[in-house]
Amino acid sequence: MTRTADTLLEEIQGPTPGQMLRKRVFGHQGLLFGVAVLGLLLLVAIFAPLLAPHDPYAQDLLARMQPPVFLGGSWEHPLGTDHLGRDYLSRLIYGARISLLIGGFAALISGLIGTAMGVAAGYFGGRVDMAVTFLINVRLAMPVVLVALAIVAVFGGSLQVVILVLGFLLWDRFAVVMRSSTLQVRSREYVTAAQAIGCSTSRVILSEIMPNIVNNLIVVVTLEMAHAILLEAALSFLGLGVQPPTPSWGLMVSEGKQMMLFEPWLVAIPGITLFVLVLAINLLGDGLRDVTAPENRS
Amino acid sequence: MLNFILKRLGLAVLVALTVSAISFSLLFMAGDPAAALAGEQATDVDIEAIRRLYGFDRPMIVQYWEWLSRALQGDFGESYYFRLPVADLIMERLSITMTLGVCGISFALLTAVPLGVVAAIRPNSLIDRFALFLSVMGQAMPSFWFGLMMIVVFSIQLNWLPPSGTKTWVHFIMPTIVLGYYAMPAIMRLTRAGMLDVLGSDYIRTARAKGAGEGRVLFKHALRNAIIPVVSLAAVQMGFMLGGSIVVESIFALHGAGYLAWESIGRNDLPTVQALILVFSMFYIVFTFLSDVLNAWLDPRIRVA
Repeated sequence: MTRTADTLLEEIQGPTPGQMLRKRVFGHQGLLFGVAVLGLLLLVAIFAPLLAPHDPYAQDLLARMQPPVFLGGSWEHPLGTDHLGRDYLSRLIYGARISLLIGGFAALISGLIGTAMGVAAGYFGGRVDMAVTFLINVRLAMPVVLVALAIVAVFGGSLQVVILVLGFLLWDRFAVVMRSSTLQVRSREYVTAAQAIGCSTSRVILSEIMPNIVNNLIVVVTLEMAHAILLEAALSFLGLGVQPPTPSWGLMVSEGKQMMLFEPWLVAIPGITLFVLVLAINLLGDGLRDVTAPENRS
Repeated sequence: MLNFILKRLGLAVLVALTVSAISFSLLFMAGDPAAALAGEQATDVDIEAIRRLYGFDRPMIVQYWEWLSRALQGDFGESYYFRLPVADLIMERLSITMTLGVCGISFALLTAVPLGVVAAIRPNSLIDRFALFLSVMGQAMPSFWFGLMMIVVFSIQLNWLPPSGTKTWVHFIMPTIVLGYYAMPAIMRLTRAGMLDVLGSDYIRTARAKGAGEGRVLFKHALRNAIIPVVSLAAVQMGFMLGGSIVVESIFALHGAGYLAWESIGRNDLPTVQALILVFSMFYIVFTFLSDVLNAWLDPRIRVA
């Protein structure tokens, strides 16, 4: 066997950073599961009109509460029908849109607020830091579910209101994590160097600090997205979130609750999909943290 | 130490004041409170009379000051719905929520700490994996769904436990598990990480080297040090739990403060909602204050920072 220059180079250098990253990613079962399931659910949400066998809003009062296929139902309604005769599978498929929309936008809004506050606190320190820390304390002291319920009750339950309320309530973890991450990189040489050659503050923050803390940001985005999805479901379940007839999974559990005594699957099915979605997002977040954490790079 | 306590107390009071201002402003976010009180058929004259009667025509800052000074004396005004003092209503319901909170946190600690310790002693063992599995499940399961599923299995199918009510301690079993399960993952992970950290330290090696038994090493030397951060986490979780008990109380029809909050929101009973937000926030503020002081007392390094 002859050694070409390429293989020789490889032996000397060892694996490239890209190869090491690929190895870490593909060796992480949780991360792969999270990506696969979340990707699948995203596709389901995007192509909902093509996938849903029926109109999720169409009522058929003659075919109410038909059991799903595995409980002796027919393939006409694979997951049965609800108390108004609406196809459960179709509502479930459209429900993925609601959960992902709310999770995504709530995480986006709270991420913008929290990151701005956290980075400002970490970079400027002093009074800015004191003010931000104080605001984080105030936010943590307020009971999230109760405040969200009260505000939704005042403004009325709709998709936009729920997204805004959750977006303005869930920024605390972004602020905490971004603040400590910024503190860690603020005094590095490359930041000092950028300041020394006269870069503007916004340039230092955007092109020197942000790229170095974006790993942590992505992990918090996934965690808060999961958090927002669970909260939306809880609000809708309590009747003060997304309003009927929108097919929200939390709302479906709440509607099924009336019939729980005889038809427990009405409650079980939307709960399982919620669980799977949140589990996938959490595993993705945990996986990203493991893969990007420097201490795990051997 | 005194310096630390005073500083921390000042922060707690400032946070409490800010929260009170926010929960007070909720009344005005909801639109004209006089019109809401007067009802649908009220004429403009009626609304004006009610506005005078309740003092809604005065500047907001004056009203806030009056509300706050009364609240500090334990007077939160009158419920729009019950026409009873809000403070009495809350006091009546709070015992159930407190019982639930104490049971929930005890359940979480009693299951999470032993699991965390065993997981740390035998990393990557079957128990460690089981503990990780439990915590991953706990973080992903919607609490209202977990509660309903428990009712389906243990009340409807097996007929072991009552689905709702508060008559006996048996009624508290399922709510305790549902509420406590949500504090478990964090407590367990912290116990495990703390134990792993401590077990690798020099003084544990010294204790083993001088011939201390394994039980003594684990419980007297290791756990006592690893448990400190867990205590403060438990205090914070307790604060969160009381605020989060609203979901659990509504599922199991426990008529506690959380249930009252849910009902009052539905009835537009704003004085009650305001007072409850303030009360739940106060619990959180007091618990975190106590846990910070406790931590500073146990760990002198915190006092200086």
